[in-house]
Amino acid sequence: MRYLPQTDHDREAMLARIGASSIDDLFVDVPEEARLDGPIQDLPMHASEMAVERHMSRLAAQNLAAGSGPFFLGAGAYRHHVPASVDHLIQRGELLTAYTPYQPEIAQGTLQVLFEFQTQVARLFGMDVANASMYDGSTACWEAITMARRVTKRATALVSSGVHPHYVSVAKTMARFTKDKIVYRAPELQARTDWAQLADQVDGDTNCVVVQYPDILGRIEDMRALAKTCAEHKALLIAVVTEPVAMGAVVSPGEMGADIVVGEGQSIGVGLQFGGPYVGLFACKQKYVRQMPGRLCGETVDADGKRGFVLTLSTREQHIRREKATSNICTNSGLCALAFSIHMTLLGEKGIRQIAAINHEKAVICANRLSKIPGVRVVNDLFFNEFAIELPKDSREIVRDLADQGVLAGVSLSRLYADEPGLSKGLLVAVTEMVDEEDIEALAKALEGALA
Amino acid sequence: MSMNKQGRQTQPRDSAASDPHPTATGNRALMLEEPLIFEIGDSERTGVDWPADCWGESRLGDLARKEPFDLPGLSEPETIRHYTRLSRQNYGIDLGLFPLGSCTMKHNPRLNEKVARLPGFADIHPLQPVASVQGALGVIHELADWLKKLTGMPAVAMSPKAGAHGELCGILAIRAALEKRGDAREVILVPESAHGTNPATAAFAGYAVEDIPATEDGRVDFDALVERLGPDVAGVMITNPNTCGLFERDMKRISDAVHEAGGFVYCDGANFNAIVGRVRPGDLGIDAMHINLHKTFSTPHGGGGPGSGPVVFSEALAPFAPLPFVEQAKDGSFRLVEEETAEDHHADSFGRMTAFHGQMGMFTRALAYIMSHGADGLRQVSEDAVLNANYVLRSMEDMLEAPFAKSGPCMHEALFSDKGVAEGFSTVDIAKALIDEGFHPMTMYFPLVVHGAMLIEPTETESKAGLDEFLHALRSVVERAKAGDESLHGAPYHAPRRRLDETMAARKPVLTYEKPEGAIAAE
Repeated sequence: MRYLPQTDHDREAMLARIGASSIDDLFVDVPEEARLDGPIQDLPMHASEMAVERHMSRLAAQNLAAGSGPFFLGAGAYRHHVPASVDHLIQRGELLTAYTPYQPEIAQGTLQVLFEFQTQVARLFGMDVANASMYDGSTACWEAITMARRVTKRATALVSSGVHPHYVSVAKTMARFTKDKIVYRAPELQARTDWAQLADQVDGDTNCVVVQYPDILGRIEDMRALAKTCAEHKALLIAVVTEPVAMGAVVSPGEMGADIVVGEGQSIGVGLQFGGPYVGLFACKQKYVRQMPGRLCGETVDADGKRGFVLTLSTREQHIRREKATSNICTNSGLCALAFSIHMTLLGEKGIRQIAAINHEKAVICANRLSKIPGVRVVNDLFFNEFAIELPKDSREIVRDLADQGVLAGVSLSRLYADEPGLSKGLLVAVTEMVDEEDIEALAKALEGALA
Repeated sequence: MSMNKQGRQTQPRDSAASDPHPTATGNRALMLEEPLIFEIGDSERTGVDWPADCWGESRLGDLARKEPFDLPGLSEPETIRHYTRLSRQNYGIDLGLFPLGSCTMKHNPRLNEKVARLPGFADIHPLQPVASVQGALGVIHELADWLKKLTGMPAVAMSPKAGAHGELCGILAIRAALEKRGDAREVILVPESAHGTNPATAAFAGYAVEDIPATEDGRVDFDALVERLGPDVAGVMITNPNTCGLFERDMKRISDAVHEAGGFVYCDGANFNAIVGRVRPGDLGIDAMHINLHKTFSTPHGGGGPGSGPVVFSEALAPFAPLPFVEQAKDGSFRLVEEETAEDHHADSFGRMTAFHGQMGMFTRALAYIMSHGADGLRQVSEDAVLNANYVLRSMEDMLEAPFAKSGPCMHEALFSDKGVAEGFSTVDIAKALIDEGFHPMTMYFPLVVHGAMLIEPTETESKAGLDEFLHALRSVVERAKAGDESLHGAPYHAPRRRLDETMAARKPVLTYEKPEGAIAAE
């Protein structure tokens, strides 16, 4: 077996030192009836590298890769260009095959990256501090809600209809068992969010208001008034960002008064990968730092007085605090955080603004083009790189038809909101820098054909 | 001591001791100091080329960004150099033995990286029409089949993102099953030797947590456990093999007793590597167990993640498994059961744990790993992992106290204590001295049931020669301690950094970079 270095000769010598006559002697504590005599039945035996590669390539070929044609899917996962050096660097063995940096003297590489990542995320969102990553945006969102409960000691979370339905599902799943109250209803196909109505509902029992920016329909709105209302009632405003590239074009939630900003970092450096692994972003105001979930990296000095970095404030975490921890999270998304950070370093201020401008410009061109198709209505007034359109019939069928023609037209709202017939004609269209004018025209033509 | 914010060395307190040949730059040949990106980059520099902003029609309203972020950029060569230099301050499996107990730091085959990057896996969107991702669903289905057969369990939830998320998945399924029968049990029992994630998970799901005592030989105290069972106990969380590196002999009896009392059995599968291919947890009566793909099935740890934590379920818990999951139709095609399709025959599913469908990038890597080994190779994996750990245990028990050496063979990891090493010397000194010897230390001070625990898990991907080298280093360090070598307290001396001041880091947290006052921005 190519991954196992021991030879039979080695094994014999080792058994002799151990004082065992066979490997089986080492498994004596397993009850006899649970010990298997040989390889488990109904499973294949070992395979060569070539055979495995062939098998996996065959499976991969059964998928329609996003790059194979016009592509407009978003809804929480976005197809952006990732520079070649990002993937090259994350495969450096010292970064790829390292563990959580519990021995800081020989993990300064990982730790400095995390410190830089935390700073990048905090600045991107306009916040004071950020943690070293969560699993993904949806779990980060739930963690933020529980954090609001810890901070305020209240039980009700008001969730905007514009929050990604999967994020809401995750929160509802958890709330069912923790007895938190989640107030939520599905969105409507209109240009305005429900933030004004949410502000009216905030009261002394509200622990947080959760809004998404840009929201599930791609809408953007000023959250300053809502932030003010939350502050008056001592409830926290949580902003969810599923498209961090948008921050290059719009005012950040932190600047508008959000208390916690969570998000999905997949857009920057990570790639689509059929939904995972992604990287959860979690940032908040300094005053809440001791209530944060997850790992934090901090600056310190070593015995020679040299600057160095360590994991810190660990008394919030499960390995120290056990049942009293702020979260049960242990393994996070370190390598995806590294990819995010490298891509963000390559972009810098200049690059993220440019890429955001290009995304916006192309999305506007696309929205204008689609609005010319008879029967198609663009729902949004304002948007960044994703918007909702309303079609004259159920969008799911159309999406499938267009996929058969090699055009991945977007995400149909009936897939995301199965129980909302009022949304079944909605389609989310995301336009990134990867899309060109021909793709937009191909989408428009295909839609015209499907609706004719 | 004042905080050094200048991005260069402060005057070493004892530079002669730490570096008899100081250099002007602070670099030491191949060991290069690297500033922060905030100290070398600036907002005008970039490593990507895009056409200059040409704002056409804006649909951003008043929300268009005007203020700067102060996010530094670097050109591509500077970026490559920055991260390459940082990587060299890191230890990884590729460099040498990484014997962290409970972490299973085995070799990461590069074939797995290659297949995960095939465009048909890496460049597909989670919400594409199901007909256009049949191969991806096929990977999930195939991996699920392996996991069910390897554990002898009838169902598996693939979406949990890591081990602790898998624990949560299992505990929520238990909660849902109890709710379904109108049984409001409020307590989960957890052994003192458990990973911190176990009690944290139970509490996160709203349960009260109580400890199960251990016996002298490092296993769950069966009588004490049975004594505590009752109508308020929802279940137990047991790690098997446990964190002392021992197989819980009474596992089946424990399962039967817990079931008898109306509870469920959760197994923490972090240490599955010790038994994979040789023992099926399903034969021991458990109801749920998470499998760490980033441990047993070798998806890279990446400096702390991502992981993947699928959960296998018994018949009793299977109906409550979370959405989404993959089903195969009679014609061989795959469908994805999500919210929209769940109600018709999965009404008991407790809901969704994450956006989308789980850690696809880890599934492809793990499947490639499992196929490479096959049923026979996986059996060899657990044999060699256990052989290697016992070799370490029996090679060191004359030098270090091994509290459970008499409890029988260990499984995948060997546990030692610093009790009686030498007056004034503790686990941390031994661990930090190993760094100078070129090894990543073992897990320190865990499990909590042993004084100054040192938990060593070599894994199966170490050769005898490699283990002998490590044992030689470990013995020499312990000998130095026994001889009263005070210099151990200052170790490591040769790492990129000496011991770091963790107390100061926590007392005055500096979690983001701020430009020092009066500093001039990088030109």
